[in-house]
Parts: sequence; structure tokens; C-alpha cells
Amino acid sequence: MSGQERGVKKRYRSEKKKDMISGYLYVAPFFIIFGVIGLYPAIFSVYLAFQKWNGLSPMSFVGLDNFRIVLEDPLFWKSVYNTIIMGLMGTAPQIVVGIVLAFLLNLTFLRFKNFFRITIFMPYITSMVAVALIFSVLFSNHESSLANYMLGVFGFDPVNWSTSEWGTKIAISIMVFWRWVGYNTIIYLAGIQSISNDLYEAATIDGANKFQQLLYITMPLLKPFIILTVFFSTVGALQLFSEPTIFLGAGAFTRDEALTVVMYLYRDAFKLQSFGTASATAIILLVIILFFATINTLITSGNGRKKKGVR
Amino acid sequence: MANRKERKKVSFSKVLIYLFLGIASLLSLFPFYWMFVMATRPSAAYNSIPPTITPGGMLVENFQKVLNQIDFFQAMWNSFLICSIVTLVVLFISSLAGFAFAKFKFPGKNGLFIAILLTMIIPPQLGLIPQYFLVSKAGLLDTLAGVMVVFFLNPLGIFLMRQYVSESVPDELIEAAKLDGCSNFKIYRSIVVPIILPAFATLGIIVFTAVWGEFLWQFTVLRDPENYTIQVALASLSNTFNIDFGMILSGVFWATIPLLIIFLLFNRLFISSITEGSVK
Repeated sequence: MSGQERGVKKRYRSEKKKDMISGYLYVAPFFIIFGVIGLYPAIFSVYLAFQKWNGLSPMSFVGLDNFRIVLEDPLFWKSVYNTIIMGLMGTAPQIVVGIVLAFLLNLTFLRFKNFFRITIFMPYITSMVAVALIFSVLFSNHESSLANYMLGVFGFDPVNWSTSEWGTKIAISIMVFWRWVGYNTIIYLAGIQSISNDLYEAATIDGANKFQQLLYITMPLLKPFIILTVFFSTVGALQLFSEPTIFLGAGAFTRDEALTVVMYLYRDAFKLQSFGTASATAIILLVIILFFATINTLITSGNGRKKKGVR
Repeated sequence: MANRKERKKVSFSKVLIYLFLGIASLLSLFPFYWMFVMATRPSAAYNSIPPTITPGGMLVENFQKVLNQIDFFQAMWNSFLICSIVTLVVLFISSLAGFAFAKFKFPGKNGLFIAILLTMIIPPQLGLIPQYFLVSKAGLLDTLAGVMVVFFLNPLGIFLMRQYVSESVPDELIEAAKLDGCSNFKIYRSIVVPIILPAFATLGIIVFTAVWGEFLWQFTVLRDPENYTIQVALASLSNTFNIDFGMILSGVFWATIPLLIIFLLFNRLFISSITEGSVK
């Protein structure tokens, strides 16, 4: 009896040990991969930011010189400005439009729900490259491009979409908006569907109209989802690269109307072989992303608390 | 009387709502339609005023021109290969680790899990340059493997899998299997995997579409047109100053159609995978 008991105990203990080994073994692949292609590159990046290096000859330590070079470069600040402007124009309207669309898509009487959902979400599944190419034709400089033709219909002059200061920014922002608004809508829709219907029914009985319901029930309860999308949109917008690169085509890295921070980084590294300053730019970009992501998230959560509309 | 008035008001706002949603749908769909129109027209159609908005008959001719510019099918195949392998590897690594985090006890488990969540903070740009040199040192520059390796890192996958395993795999089942003398890996293979197939579908879609549409890294690593993925190949179409719009949009059209078909077949799965991936 006691022998058997001991056997069970022993087995239990070995079982526990086995689980422990399995546990470590099963999570190990991630950490090995992370060490090689996540952590090591991050550390190397920081190291590189203090070196002067063209990728071939030996590195030389230059202290904070790379940071100084980048921060004193007007082109860098231009890229920061471009990124923020395009990020703002491309993503801020998404949040407002996304919430309205999600609210409407959730209305009980609505027919063709699935059709609307699918069509509004469809742009998201196309790749950014495809979007940039389609829009580069829609928004070309020709007088006959569809965008310019539409402007003409309304009595405006044609715009040089891929060469003018604001033409490029507006066209790129529209691309970003078009591709991502459905994505945000779906996330808001998931959020709205988690709100109990009783609240809306009670509000209807109390005589609140649909707009008031949107403002006083949907918006506050959607807050966590709005914070989430604001965070992702901010981070994503500050990493803008494919859209302007492809939209501008052959001249992408030689002009500055739509040069973004990641394009500036890419240009430093792979066009000018200045890997030290490129790494410094990466670190500065990281700081900018953290700064804006924190600020935007704080503003969003603060606004929600005051029960005001979230913008 | 009052009732009728009320009804009228409601139907007016209904019309507005349908109008708004209709316009939103139209704006979403139009670029797709227009891509098709341009893909079927000669480049000259582009210069006509008013713009052409009906399809023509050059779908095949334009695509022929694409085939002269880029190795379209090779590029599609390269993308497909990269995405499939990355997806399989990420699913395997994530589910194994998710299983361990959900069902095993081992010292430091919570710390390790938090560490994984923290890795999500490291932004990809910080890795771009060193990863480039790493891949180059490993002799993987301009190879499909070189594109793949960085995508193997996917902390979100572990997070999703842990959630799913702890919710849907009962502890009793694992206990029972252990009493029957099952090894842990056999439990994973024959009990956990079949139960978490829906999670595989969700994460699989997230990973596959993300890698399929990625551009910056593919653009950095790949040089030889033979190794181009479809995104890099498509981008290269617009890299000349003399642009043939019909040809470009024909390339985009044929590269987009398979995705659209898959999406329309599995749209529920797609949409739920997006909310799972970002909301949870």
C-alpha cells in the first residue's frame, strides 16, 4: 500500500518535472528566434547609432554625432512634418467615419448588412502596393486623370498630384484612408456588438434619438476600442513607407514633398550607405512614435472620461 | 395621424442612412472596378476626356505586356511560398508555446509571458538595418529564406494561442491522456491541435495576409527580379518614367483577383480574424 503510494508520488513528481521540461522546451523556439532577429538587431541598432559606418569599411565611434547630423538636417524635419501631416489626414477621419459606419451597420432594421460590411471591408484585403498603384493612376497629373476630371466637373483647376506639396500629401492620405477605414469599422462594429441592446431600448423609451444614442451610449462604451485604434493608427501612420514610395515611383527618394521618416531612414541606409545616421534616425523615430502614441492614447482616454465626443 | 408623421420621419432618416452606406460602399468598390476598366483598356484610353469608365477588350493583351515586364507567375509563386512557410512555422511555434503557457506549470512562466508581450513594443524599423546585415552575413540576401526569417517572430500568435488553448482545451482531457501514458508532445499533436483548429485558421489568415502585403522588408532584401515577390514585382512596374497604365493595372488586377475570391469565399473568417487579432 505504502509502496504503491510512493510509486504514485514518484510518478507525480516525475510528471511535474516532465511538464517543466516540456514547458521550457515549447516556449524556447520563440525566445531563440527573438534573440536572433529581435533583440540582437535592436541592440546592434543602438550600437550602430553611435558609429560612422558605410557598411563595408571598419566602424568608427562618433558619439552623438549621428544624432546631431540627423537633427540638424532640414530634410529630416521635413520628413517628420510630412509624416505627421499625412498621418493626421489619413487616419483621424477614419476614426470618425469608422464609428459612424459601424453604428449604422449595427442598426437592427438595416437590410443588406452583409453586403455593406463586405464592401466596406474589402479595401483592407488588397495590399498597400496594389492600392498605391491604383491610386497613382486615379490621381495622376494628367488633366484627364479621374481625380482631375472630377475636380474639373466641380470647377476646380487640375492638381499635380505627384509633384506638388499638397497634391502628394492629399492623394497619399486618401489612399491610407480608403484602405484602413473598413478595418477600423469592423473593430468598432465588434465593440458595438458587445454593448447590450437593453441600453438602446431603454434610451429609445426615454425618447433619445439615434444621434443621441450614438453620442451618449455608443461612444462612451466604445472607448477602449477607440483607444486601441488610435494607438494602432498612430503607430502605423508614423511608419508610412510603401504608399509614398510607390506613388512617387521612380523619383520617390529624390524629392521631398512626401518623403516620410521611414523613407528618410531607408534613403540614408540603402541609397547613401550611411548606416550610422540611419540607425540614429530609427531611434529618433522610436522616440517620436512612443511620444505620439502616448499623447494620443492619453487624449483619447481623457476625452472619453469627460463623456465628450472623441475625435 | 401622429403615428403616420412619425413613420414618415423614420423612413426619411432611413433613406439617409441607406444613401450614406450606399455611397460608402460605392467608394469602397469603385477603385476595384476602375482597376478592371483600366486593365482592359489601352493606355491611350487614359487620355480621353471624359474618362473611360466602361471595360474594353484588352484584358489579355495588357496582361501579355505585364508578362514581358515581370515574371508574374514566378512572383506570385514566390509570395505564396514565403507566406505558406511563414504561416506554418508561426502556427507551430505559437501553438506549442501557447499550449505550454496555458497548461504547464514551470518557474518563471508569467515572467516569460510578460516578456513576450513586451517584445511587441520593439518597432520593426529599429530592426531593419541590423536584420539586413544579419541576413546578408548569413548569405540569405536576395533569397526567399532571407525574406521569411524575420516574419517568424510573432508574439501576437503566442498570445492568441494561449488564450484559445486555455479556453477550449479542458484540463481533464489532458490529465486523462497523461494517465494513459501519453507524452506531452503526443497530447499536443493528438488532442490540442484538433481542438484549436479554428484558432489556426484565424492566426493563419492574420499571418498570411500580413506577410503577403508587406513591402518594406521584401523590397530591402530582394534584388534579382527572379526572386521578387508579387509586391516587389508590382512596384517595379511603376519604376520607369514612361508609364503604361493599362499594363500596370492589369498586373495589379491579376494579382488581386485570387485574394478577392478567397476573401469572398471566407469573408466571415477574415472579418472575425481581424477582430480576434486586434481586439483580444
